[in-house]
Amino acid sequence: MVIEPSSFKGGINPGHYKISAQKPITKASAPEKVYIPLQQHIGAPCTPLVEKGEEVKLGQKIGEGQGFVSAPVHATVSGKVIDITDYTHPLGTEVPTIIIENDGQDELHPDIKGNGELEDLSVDDLKNIIKEAGIVGMGGATFPTHVKLSPPDDKPIDTIIINGAECEPFLTSDHRTMVEHAEELVYGTKAIMKTVNCHNAYIGIEANKPDAIEKINELVKDDKNIEVAKLEVKYPQGAEKQLIETVTDRQVPSGGLPMDVGCIVSNTGTCVAIAKAIREGVPLYERVVTITGSGVEEPQNLLVRIGTLASEVIKECGGMTDNTKKVIMGGPMMGMSQPTTHFPVIKGTSGILLLTDKEVELPEEGPCISCGRCIDGCPISLLPNRIAEYSDHERYEDAEEYNALDCIECGCCTFICPAKRFLLHHIRLAKNQIMARRREEQK
Amino acid sequence: MEDKFVVSPSPHLRTQESVNTIMRDVVIALVPPTIAGVIFFGWWGLALVIIGMISAMVTESIILRKSLAPKAIVGDWSAAVTGMLVALIFPPISPWWVVAIGSFVAITIGKLFFGGIGYNIFNPALVGRMILFVSWPVFLTTWSEPVGTHDAITGATPLDGAEATYTELFIGNVSGSLGETSVLAILIGGIYLLAKGHIDWRVPVGYLGAMALYTLIAGEDPIFHLLSGGAVFAAFFMATCMVTSPFTRSGKLIFGIGCGVLTALFRVNGAAPEGVTYAILIMNAVVPFINNYTRPKIYGEVSK
Repeated sequence: MVIEPSSFKGGINPGHYKISAQKPITKASAPEKVYIPLQQHIGAPCTPLVEKGEEVKLGQKIGEGQGFVSAPVHATVSGKVIDITDYTHPLGTEVPTIIIENDGQDELHPDIKGNGELEDLSVDDLKNIIKEAGIVGMGGATFPTHVKLSPPDDKPIDTIIINGAECEPFLTSDHRTMVEHAEELVYGTKAIMKTVNCHNAYIGIEANKPDAIEKINELVKDDKNIEVAKLEVKYPQGAEKQLIETVTDRQVPSGGLPMDVGCIVSNTGTCVAIAKAIREGVPLYERVVTITGSGVEEPQNLLVRIGTLASEVIKECGGMTDNTKKVIMGGPMMGMSQPTTHFPVIKGTSGILLLTDKEVELPEEGPCISCGRCIDGCPISLLPNRIAEYSDHERYEDAEEYNALDCIECGCCTFICPAKRFLLHHIRLAKNQIMARRREEQK
Repeated sequence: MEDKFVVSPSPHLRTQESVNTIMRDVVIALVPPTIAGVIFFGWWGLALVIIGMISAMVTESIILRKSLAPKAIVGDWSAAVTGMLVALIFPPISPWWVVAIGSFVAITIGKLFFGGIGYNIFNPALVGRMILFVSWPVFLTTWSEPVGTHDAITGATPLDGAEATYTELFIGNVSGSLGETSVLAILIGGIYLLAKGHIDWRVPVGYLGAMALYTLIAGEDPIFHLLSGGAVFAAFFMATCMVTSPFTRSGKLIFGIGCGVLTALFRVNGAAPEGVTYAILIMNAVVPFINNYTRPKIYGEVSK
């Protein structure tokens, strides 16, 4: 069944740039070398399990997580470890990285085999499979999935929401995943439901993806526990808290987590990865990446091995145009711009966006004209103009009083500001200062 | 290939809308009242609008940008809006220099003395009108009959006791300020701004609703009060000024209601002919308080 819930308050309409929406997912050729960062999740980095010079097989675990909030990493090609060294990470730091030279054999590690039927697996089995497969939230946050699926006993989960909103302009990887891997998506959803003992799931999809809605609804229409939620096309419809509000009409308390209101939200790619991990036993060694924007010759949705350099992936799409001026990992609203294309695709890379010189002109910041558009657009109902102003004047305590820390950094305020103020930038600064002071006080 | 990319914080996408496009839309919205003014009061009205605009734009260009280059004069179009507003709220037989000085005062004292666009507390056009009203009251209370010329006979406005039907008031075929008499033309411009999202319905609805209610309770004809004088023009073009009205939604409603109540109060209980001007300027002064007390409840806020 398809439900059509009314949307959350605020948000913006940044426009439709889904130029790769009808491009089927194609397999990218495996590169000669892969660069696998030992940190592709929120939490402490992994320790390497292999040494320089060692031969590895495809899917072999090569980095083990330390502690609970961590996820292992796996070899994404078969071949030889040629180095373990610090390397550029798309999140702007240097991270210990395992570099493997591809032998072109794609020989699967012998331990990789299916885990049997979902019905036969216990909750602990499922959590273990998900953990060992190194699955993290593939929407970009990269929170380890097995941790998310282990809520404390006092936080019962009554609703699972699969996030197929994909509200970021340009990105289409989730869209294509839903259309082409609908069956695995539903399987993964059922696996999540079983893992947290919840009998109620929604698959939220924005109304601009009718093919995905139809395809998935076809599969779940006889299942009374899973419903498709057709969502209003609006940014940031795919933000976790906004999605929960739209689907369940509940608000996650300020500073809280989705489980505080009985919800777990999972990305579509994550669901498919879970299905593959259960059925085929394959760890998360590749993902769908949208390579798009006017700076790339041929926009595509590619199935890319984790650790492939962005430069290789772009080459696969016919290369970039001469006037490409900006490279972004992720979408245009929340993605990180990169100084080079020598960063590897990681588990959280949903897209690589290339923009040309005309699109990257930095506007000149004018004075605020108090139009209030940032306030109307803020999905959290903050006063972005006020917080940014306090930040400008280094009045961080006032910024905190105006709930700066509740900002989800969606960028609606900055997008919509006619005076072209860098509101989010100022708010981020305030958030950093407030957090730094809190850490100082705790010492 | 050499990698030389721009690195900047997200978002990497911006709306096409800017202060310039908003102000240009306001200029467009002021065209219907201008046309109505020309139809009812003659070509001198158009001359006044142009004089008002030039005076405001040149003043701002010289003081702010120290240049008379065409681009500097146009600026962000906000001076053009102020100049138009000044001309449209002056009587249609005003001498050219009164409007020119009005615009000059609006830009200097009303806007630039406070720090320019975004920093001014009071509506610049109304500051211009108020200062000129206390300086040369005669010129601001000398009204001409419609379809007159520059030297037409003078007469009273409906608010001063002249007879007029609802239809005449709505169409605007009565004495009054250049752009304020035709409710029809003002509504066309106002609806354009509403459709473009540049003004919030809460301001004009609060303004006119409160005014109607107050005059009704006071035993006067609310429809007459809405249609006559500068109330509708003020509700759509003056009280909605982004810079000088609250930025929260509920604040906008409160602001509109405040303006409406004060306007009605001055008309019913006072003798001041400048009711609209004073009402909005007084409400402008309390905007910071309204903003502070109308903070929206944030997402996920737990009631304490």
